[in-house]
Amino acid sequence: MNVFVVAMVAVLATMLLALIRAFLGPTVFDRVLAANMVGTKTVLLIAVAGFLTGRPEWLDLAILYALMNFTGMIALLRFSKFANLASDEQLK
Amino acid sequence: MEGLRDILVWACLVGGGLFSLIGGIGLLRMPDFYTRTHAASLTDTMGATLILLGLAIHNGIDLITVKLAIIFVFLFLTSPTAAHALVKAAYSKGLEAPDVQEATGAAAAIRNEALEAARRGEGT
Repeated sequence: MNVFVVAMVAVLATMLLALIRAFLGPTVFDRVLAANMVGTKTVLLIAVAGFLTGRPEWLDLAILYALMNFTGMIALLRFSKFANLASDEQLK
Repeated sequence: MEGLRDILVWACLVGGGLFSLIGGIGLLRMPDFYTRTHAASLTDTMGATLILLGLAIHNGIDLITVKLAIIFVFLFLTSPTAAHALVKAAYSKGLEAPDVQEATGAAAAIRNEALEAARRGEGT
């Protein structure tokens, strides 16, 4: 069996578990944690899939996903903390 | 040489997949938010490192490896940062940690009970 298939199955199963946690909650932070994990695993999934299909150029997409994942999570955390992405409150 | 490389790729990719799976199980099964963060963030870093290392060994050295290294550095910097920011946000929001005193007390009670049982077993 192809080793990339093994890695992909493991990453997909992890994403499924993280999605279940994202649905269960119970707090918003659990959901953010699960979403962050899904994002990281998406990067790995794209990288492994690129090698599996013989197109390692897909790594550019993986880099993009990694950047978007981090930015999105920080934005979500700021939103959950201040209920606003750029409020005056945090400047005081 | 080719066989050794294949073995290394297998070990890295399967190990990375295992670490990912363990992180997923920890994320689902741990009892409260802070332990979930612990399970998820630690295994996240290790799983990503091993999988990217396996891909790099498989590929050899060229531009693709540089891209893999960029992804690795970025994940390695942002994953702990994200976990830190998340826990800090949760803590400043006042999310309760479970009662550590109670938990350790329960663990001590279970241990004492086991010790007592062992001693009785020895006595008879």
